Amino acid sequence: MKTVAENQRFTTISGRPVDPLYTRDDIAGIDYARDIGDPGAFPYTRGIHSTGYRGKLWTMRQFAGFGTPEDTNRRYKALLAAGGTGLSVAFDLPTLMGRDPDHPLSLGEVGKCGVSVASLADMETLFDGIPLSQITTSMTINSPAAMIFAMYLAVAERQGADWRSLSGTIQNDILKEFIAQKEYIYPPRPSMRLITDVFAFCARETPSWNTISVSGYHIREAGATAAQELAFTLRDGIEYVQAGIEAGLEVDEFVPRMSFFFNAHSDFFEEIAKYRAARALWARTMRGRFGAKSERSWKMRFHAQTAGVSLTSQQPYNNVVRTALQALAAVLGGANSLHTNSLDEALALPTEAAATLALRTQQIIAHETGVADWVDPLGGAYFVEKLTRDLEDEAQASFDAIDRMGGMVEAIEIGFPQKEIAESAYRFQQAVERRERTIVGVNEFVQQDEPPVETLYIDERAGESQLVKLAKLRRERDGERVRRALDRLRAAAAGKENLMLPILEAVRGYATIGEMCDALRDVWGEYEETPVI
Amino acid sequence: MVIAKPGLDGHDRGAKVIARALRDAGMEVIYTGLRQTPEQIAAAALQEDADVIGLSILSGAHNHIAPRLMALLKERGMDDVLVLIGGIIPDVDVPGLKQMGVKGVFLPGTPMQEIIDFIHAHARQS
Repeated sequence: MKTVAENQRFTTISGRPVDPLYTRDDIAGIDYARDIGDPGAFPYTRGIHSTGYRGKLWTMRQFAGFGTPEDTNRRYKALLAAGGTGLSVAFDLPTLMGRDPDHPLSLGEVGKCGVSVASLADMETLFDGIPLSQITTSMTINSPAAMIFAMYLAVAERQGADWRSLSGTIQNDILKEFIAQKEYIYPPRPSMRLITDVFAFCARETPSWNTISVSGYHIREAGATAAQELAFTLRDGIEYVQAGIEAGLEVDEFVPRMSFFFNAHSDFFEEIAKYRAARALWARTMRGRFGAKSERSWKMRFHAQTAGVSLTSQQPYNNVVRTALQALAAVLGGANSLHTNSLDEALALPTEAAATLALRTQQIIAHETGVADWVDPLGGAYFVEKLTRDLEDEAQASFDAIDRMGGMVEAIEIGFPQKEIAESAYRFQQAVERRERTIVGVNEFVQQDEPPVETLYIDERAGESQLVKLAKLRRERDGERVRRALDRLRAAAAGKENLMLPILEAVRGYATIGEMCDALRDVWGEYEETPVI
Repeated sequence: MVIAKPGLDGHDRGAKVIARALRDAGMEVIYTGLRQTPEQIAAAALQEDADVIGLSILSGAHNHIAPRLMALLKERGMDDVLVLIGGIIPDVDVPGLKQMGVKGVFLPGTPMQEIIDFIHAHARQS
């Protein structure tokens, strides 16, 4: 057991040493107006809205998707009926990797980790009876983000919804795929072009759509510390802004539609400080480094999700408590939107009952605890302000180091962030093995003969049903139109034209995700990483 | 031993941490990298003369990948290679995997030492 001994080393979950007490001396160098500012004022350390959550609560957005589009459509209607305020689509691995359900690599993966969407026909089913002009939708899709977004736009067209009224987010963050989650298809440079093509298209056609969700979530899940999550994510953001400028866009034309996505991990105050630091860093970087003039470019909006990696398969009900505390940290840090994980997610995709309990957790924080009535209630706490400042300084040093490598694409090409994250992951695991870090129910307070919890079992029927539908689609669509559209897409990829228009044309003709992604594979090739252990 | 990540999933934290822990425990470890087919994994094990194959699967595709790999190992006379799976595996699937010859199934939160001890107890000595 830990005791308050003089020689005991206390650290955050990221391994950051912390003192027993922080006082006025620790924040002596911090100037309130310059470095922190009131809520709603530059640099937005205390939040981007002067009224905090009084004006608008965070969006309770539960990530969901499994099986066929019909299965997931039913879950969405249940979530909306239970008071969820936005949708968030989880796609299966074949969709994320741009493979059709009938591709050999899709064997056993269709509908397992998310919903299978192979063509516009599936997207129509997914949003059947859900008016796209009245909800906001987040879609976790990266390599094939342009294709999936085009399908969403085509569904909106069919529903008679004005594109300009559509609101939501595509993740569209390829850099963190190379760094952490590894769902990449093409090499980094053509992948960046797809992203800037989406930026340019959206600036013209869908002004309320978030074109990217620059994600630290997966970087953290892969083992990064809080400081690494913060630094790599914001440096990715800088890389996208730079790429947008190089593609000929004005900073204030596309940066306001960039959004962020962070992890809500277990170390309570470190997480709160991380969100506060993130807002201040982004505001300073946009104004200082890129000369952004619009306040909307300075203000970082972010989604948070509780830490999947912290969930344990042992004593799964403990996960409800972990998730509630992580969610509270996200709220105290000013998250604009939040997903809470379900108790059974170390075992399987969540059951409907578990997903509902996760949503209820957010509703209890919002409506019963009173924490949403104050703006940045921890602002001014010596420890929180000091930690916020330290995280900012460390991230800035990390930006400088990556700049010296030539940028984030270059850093990824030499495996720099990958190696740093693998080191942190291993260090954490060693601390758990040595029981220097306690995980309740895993390395302490272990219980034998736990009663099993009910889990969702995804059988093979979804995969079989998707294969039947895909075969029918290929028979019934206008094959000649599809061939022409794919030829045009290949030609556009080899040239400089914005790819969204040829992709939309292929989508409207019911080209499949695999066919569209293959057309680009033909031109750009595929990326293969050198594994770093 | 060969640590492999089959299927389309890219979440490789577990595979990499275990590869490094086994290496630190004195084993010779080859990590295949991502998206390996059962054919590629069997070929890697043959080429490296591996005593142990460790699969990391989180995506739910284990009921397709494991039978294929076990059949390939049998065809090539590699029945005595110890096959282990780590990842997210529903309880109901564990007996089926064991029946087809997967000797150990390790779920999230398993201590590294338990896996190391299991390998020492069950792997052929070469």
